[in-house]
Amino acid sequence: MVRIFKRLCLMIVVVWLAATVNFILPHLTERNPIEERLAQAMGEGGGSTAGMEEMVKQYRQKFGVDQPLWRQYLTMLSDSARLDLGVSISHYPDRVASHVLQALPWSIGLLGTATLISFAIGTTLGALTVWLRAGHWLGRVVPLLMILSAIPFYMVGLILIYVFALILQWFPSGGGMGVGFVAGLNWPSAVEIGRHAFLPAMSIVLAATGIWALSMRGMMVTVQGEDYMNFGRARGLKDGRLFWRYAVRNGITPQVTTLVLSLSHVVTGAVLVERVFSYPGVGTLLYNSVLLVDYFMIFGCVLVLIITLGISLMLLDLLYPLLDPRIRTGAGDA
Amino acid sequence: MPDHSPSSSTLGAPPAGTWGSASRQRRTITLYLRRNPSLLIGLFLLGVLAAIAIGGRLVVDISMADPLSAPAVRAPSWDYPLGTDKQGRNLFAVLVVGTWLTCKVGLISGVLGVLTGTILGFVAGYFGRWWDAVISLVVDVFLAVPPLLILIVISANLETTMTTTTMALIIASLAWREPARRIRSQVLIMREMAYVNTARLNGTGSLGIIFREMMPNLIPYLMASLVLATSAAMLSSVGLEALGLGPQNEPTLGMTIYWAMHYSALLQGYWWWMMTPLLVLILLFLGLYLVTVGLDELANPRLKRGGV
Repeated sequence: MVRIFKRLCLMIVVVWLAATVNFILPHLTERNPIEERLAQAMGEGGGSTAGMEEMVKQYRQKFGVDQPLWRQYLTMLSDSARLDLGVSISHYPDRVASHVLQALPWSIGLLGTATLISFAIGTTLGALTVWLRAGHWLGRVVPLLMILSAIPFYMVGLILIYVFALILQWFPSGGGMGVGFVAGLNWPSAVEIGRHAFLPAMSIVLAATGIWALSMRGMMVTVQGEDYMNFGRARGLKDGRLFWRYAVRNGITPQVTTLVLSLSHVVTGAVLVERVFSYPGVGTLLYNSVLLVDYFMIFGCVLVLIITLGISLMLLDLLYPLLDPRIRTGAGDA
Repeated sequence: MPDHSPSSSTLGAPPAGTWGSASRQRRTITLYLRRNPSLLIGLFLLGVLAAIAIGGRLVVDISMADPLSAPAVRAPSWDYPLGTDKQGRNLFAVLVVGTWLTCKVGLISGVLGVLTGTILGFVAGYFGRWWDAVISLVVDVFLAVPPLLILIVISANLETTMTTTTMALIIASLAWREPARRIRSQVLIMREMAYVNTARLNGTGSLGIIFREMMPNLIPYLMASLVLATSAAMLSSVGLEALGLGPQNEPTLGMTIYWAMHYSALLQGYWWWMMTPLLVLILLFLGLYLVTVGLDELANPRLKRGGV
């Protein structure tokens, strides 16, 4: 519980930090990009910006120069805390939150699946290379995967697009679904979504598997030398049982720690993968907002990503006792 | 000050280079590199890229990296060995300039990050007490920050005319965290070492101990930190650029990838536009990774890499 409380505090501090940076920088540079942008959008005119004037007025009223700085700051903080992310500039009058929440399931789906797959493959591979002794061909796969893990996800993705989407044309090169495809809860939509998610997921899996394989390999070397392994072998247990229930089971707990440590790296990496594949998640939304200079939307995306990251770390903390019975029974205090 | 570091073995600094004649030293280094293939291959890759960045300037006119200096979208040919992009840049010149610019961003923020981190790490580790408490707390909090996301907020707010230098400074604002943590833990270990105590009993002041006793032994470690920080900074810079938050007017490798993606170079069949910067960046990251692994072994030879 202490760990989860600590995690929650850290998340709040990080959100506060991000919000503060977002507040201070425009003031430091003596210019207000948000107001500039609003004024510019208003000046461009057109039907879509009909209510813009109203918005500028509201905005000025809320954060206006007539208010003291500390009050502006507090208003902004309470807005961030309530996840009131304001109104999008580029998609006026949509609220930022609605766009981000629409994109979020795509990101979580892609990232969750890819992380689980790479975790499973990496852990198994890392364990197997130690189990199978030297000389087995699997032993050569792991160093290769480790080298791949040095390359950013989206660069692997760009190569996958080139080879599998453009030269071989096995998979679509981008997007979440085909153009005009209406998704439902049926088999064809599952296939369609899966086909589009395959390459982006693959680029994460290829580059992330090495992380798990490396740390699992290190754990297995330690586990191999433990007494209970010799005991299990002496009891004449089958190889499969010895491998999964004795070796992997004991080596897997620290893997969760590895996951906790690298999750932020994986999430930011996935943001860029989405942009490369124009996958309809938060990453692509972020990129489009940068393109359209939509400050509210950029900040909204970042805030939601930070919070998602914090919540997943908390979930992992909750998962930890399930994997480590010593914590569950309260015998050891980690 | 080699005579001040009798303890090179305690922290695992290699005997190479501590004493001995130049030729013997060279032989020891060659022998060491043969034992540490990842360092060798990594240095080789980085060397090749350095040769391109430096030697390329003799071969190609680097002003060709500006837009409109060549016909648009030409496939690789004798005149333009790596082709040209849609805005009329000679991609070979872009490669030469871009490799340097990308390394420049990495080096500036890497050096700044390690410098700040070393100072913080030493203050926290050496002086301890509430110095340590405050610095450790700050480092812990900042380590929880997902770097790219905060960098996005910063760059998006400052986005006027971003240059590679401002970009390097922005990235440096988060580059000190990891070095600070690593150096602090090393200083904590070193502080209790016999040679430090001896120096203290001899009446050496804090600064003397830090600069004459501890620093020389930390050099391999600082090198490893520097490579790590530089590599992380390049990763961040290329990531920001891919999102469109980079220097719009400078042909870094990341910006070239950004423009290639922006004009859907791959879909339109301009593969050379995307593949050249991509390949160079991949080689760069591979080289840095291998050097990191190699330096880790150098700084910490007792470290057994599991199973190998």
